[in-house]
Formats: sequence, structure tokens, C-alpha cells
Amino acid sequence: MQTIVWYKFAAPAAFYPLAGRMIPWCWGLAALSGLAGLWLGLFVAPIDFQQGEGYRIIFVHVGASWMSMFIYLVMAFWAAIGLAFNTRLSGMMTRALAPTGACFAFISLWTGAFWGKPMWGAWWAWDVRLTSELVLFFLYIAFIALTRAIDDVRRSDKAGAILVLVSVVNIPIIYFSVSWWNSLHQGASVSLTKSPSMASVMLWGMLLCAFSMWMYSIAVALIRVRGLILERERNTEWVRALLIQEEK
Amino acid sequence: MFAFIAHVIRRDLSLALRRPADLVAPLCFFLIIATFFPFGIGPEPELLRRLAPGILWVGALLSTLLSLPRMFADDFADGTLEQMALAPYPLGLAAFGKAIAHWIVSGLPLALLSPILGLQFDLPPDALCVLFFSILIGTPALSGIGAIGAGLTLGLRGSGVLLSLVMLPLCIPALIFGSGAVDAVMTGISPRPYFFLLAAFSTGSIVFAPWAAAAALKISLE
Repeated sequence: MQTIVWYKFAAPAAFYPLAGRMIPWCWGLAALSGLAGLWLGLFVAPIDFQQGEGYRIIFVHVGASWMSMFIYLVMAFWAAIGLAFNTRLSGMMTRALAPTGACFAFISLWTGAFWGKPMWGAWWAWDVRLTSELVLFFLYIAFIALTRAIDDVRRSDKAGAILVLVSVVNIPIIYFSVSWWNSLHQGASVSLTKSPSMASVMLWGMLLCAFSMWMYSIAVALIRVRGLILERERNTEWVRALLIQEEK
Repeated sequence: MFAFIAHVIRRDLSLALRRPADLVAPLCFFLIIATFFPFGIGPEPELLRRLAPGILWVGALLSTLLSLPRMFADDFADGTLEQMALAPYPLGLAAFGKAIAHWIVSGLPLALLSPILGLQFDLPPDALCVLFFSILIGTPALSGIGAIGAGLTLGLRGSGVLLSLVMLPLCIPALIFGSGAVDAVMTGISPRPYFFLLAAFSTGSIVFAPWAAAAALKISLE
């Protein structure tokens, strides 16, 4: 029974109302955890003994960096599903996620520059992790440019999927760059296997902010998917019925 | 199977040789790019020698980019590509042969030309030798990855710009290891690790990229 339910939502007509119901929940969770995380981070968390107040940018920076990498992985997942099963919705998901991912990559680079200036004395360093994050940003741009340049929807989705699957190798390079190479960038603050090297208030603030960004990404991606579904299915019966219903 | 690959390579080479102007243009571009940097930077030999590996490698990368759109475009226009897709051999083998032929026409001449340009930048003899080999070993990666980009952007408007957007981020390792090898020998360290990494990257790209390129071509042919 479970499998039938999952396949059901692969159809755009079934997914559209589900996405509509999910969006308010995601916005709510994003707002709640974002406010809680920022409150913990900006008011409750103690001053860092090395970096002073400046470290507080971590609450935005780490979450944005995680999301920029994670969204690319999710895009690669949908790209693989789309190529393997030829589902329409997966191409739309890949396409809907890309602008959010590019946005987070940009935020990560920008907040990193703001953090780097007081700590390292430089806005930018040609360091492995920074450079590969910049490359990730370029990859998002390349994906967006390629998919927007192809008018045929099917070809556009598949070409984008191949590009994402080829370039996803960059993600492990970014993630492990700090431990593989000697880097100016500090090591990972959070790891699954070791106890975190930071106070638990800071950790909770950071995790709440990251969760908030996660929920925000889902909400925005779903809004974009709903737009894409309406655009691509505009000639179908169910969209016409929906539009007539909404006009009333 | 090898006969098929050899046939594709021979065909592409003879086609390229019948239009020598297309073959020489990217090399002239390489020459001009390398000559323009001293105009912009100034004629201090110390500075130029320091910058030469990077400049020559970026120049080689950009000239490769110039000849890439034509890798599949002519065959796509006259229907040869569709015949290749219908052939009893996988399209990946044809893409592999085309990437090799592209390397012979573009990467090999660039490598042969690079020591002469290196002389202009007053590189020492051992650095010239390393430069030659780094471009020789590194350019197959550019041809392989370029095949993916050329396949994805086949027949699109503004395909030249798109090709560079898609391909350049993926070519960064070749640039880093290639110019790193020349830098290493100039600072007195062994360039061997860079050569190994470059060779690994090139081998991986030229073996795996044609299959991704074939998938891209099939989408473009639909």
C-alpha cells in the first residue's frame, strides 16, 4: 500500500495540492526555528574567547554552507531519478531547487567574507574550501544558464540532469577539503562521531538556524515547483478545472 | 570495437586536415593571448617568469574552448551523428574517438607550441620541458570534459558562452595541477606528484566523460 501512495505523488496533478498543503507548515517551522536560533545565537550564546562577538556570523554562515552543498546533492538525487524513471516531476524539482542553492552558495561566500575580514584580515583567500565553494556557485549558475537556454522542456530537464550528475563530484571535495589539505579555514565544528568542539548553546543556535534554512528551502522550492507545474500542465483538464475553481 | 574507434579518429583527422585554417586559428589565439599579457603586465622578466605557468595554462584552456563547439556540430548538421547513434557500437565509443581526435588536433599542437611561448616568458629549460609535458598530459582531460559540454550545448543559441560556463568549472583541477607542476620545478621541488594527479585526472576524464557526452548527445538528437 505504501508504495502506491509514493508513486501517486509522482504525478504533478497529485503533487500540486500536497505541495500547497506543505508550504504553510514549512514557512511556520522556518519562522519559529529561525527566531529561536537567532535568539539563542545573538542574545543567549556567550562571547567566544578567541573571536569575540564576530563569531556570531557562524549562525548564518554554517547553515547557508550546509544548505548550498545539500541542495546540490538533492538536485543530483532528483536528476538521477528523472533520468532513470523518466518522471516529469523530478526535472521540475531539480530546476526549482537550483536558484535557492545558488542563493545559499552566495550567502555562504558573502558571510564568509564578512567573517574572514576581522578574523584573517582578508575578505577572500585562495584557499581550497573557499575556492571550491565558489566553483559550486559557478556550477549552480551553469545549471541555471543551461536549463534556461533550452526551450524544449524534456531536453532541458535531461541536459540539466546530466550536468548535475557529472559535477556533483565537487561536493565531497568541498566537504572534506578542510581535512585533506592544510587550509586557512577552520576545521569542522560539528561532527557525527566526535563530541562538538563548541558550547552546547552555540551548537543549538546553529542547528536551529540550519533547520530554519532547510525549511525555508523546502517552502521556496515547493512554491517554484507549483509554478512550474501550472506552467507545464497548462493545457490539461485538471489545471483548467483548478483555475476555474480559483476564479470563483 | 577498436577498429570502430580508429575509424572515427581517422575520419575526424582527415576532416580536420582538409580545413587547416580551422586547425590553426585556435593556435593563433593561444599565441595572441600569451603575447597580450606582457603588454598588460609590463616587461619585467621576474614577474613574467612567475606568472608564465598560469598564463600559458589559461591560454591553452581558452584555445581548447574555441575549437570545442565544432567537435559535434558539423556531424550533427549533416546527419552523420544520427548514423553514429544508429551504429551497432555504443555512441560512447564514437564520442571517445572524437575526443581523442580533438585532442590530436587541439591539445597536441598546443603542447608543441607551449615551449616556444615559454621562451618568450624567459622560462628556464627544465621548466619548459615540464610545461610541455603538463600540457601534453593535461589536455586530454579538457577534450574529454569538453565533449560533455559540446554534447549538452549542441545546437543551442549562444552555445559558445554556455559551453564555457558548463565546462570551465569542471576543468579547474587540470589548471591547478598543470600550472602547479611548472611552478614546482621552478621553485626546485619535484613536479612528479602534480604529474601523477594530472595523469589520473586526464585518464579518468577521457575514459568516463565520453559516456556522459554520449548521454548528452542522445538527448540532443531526440
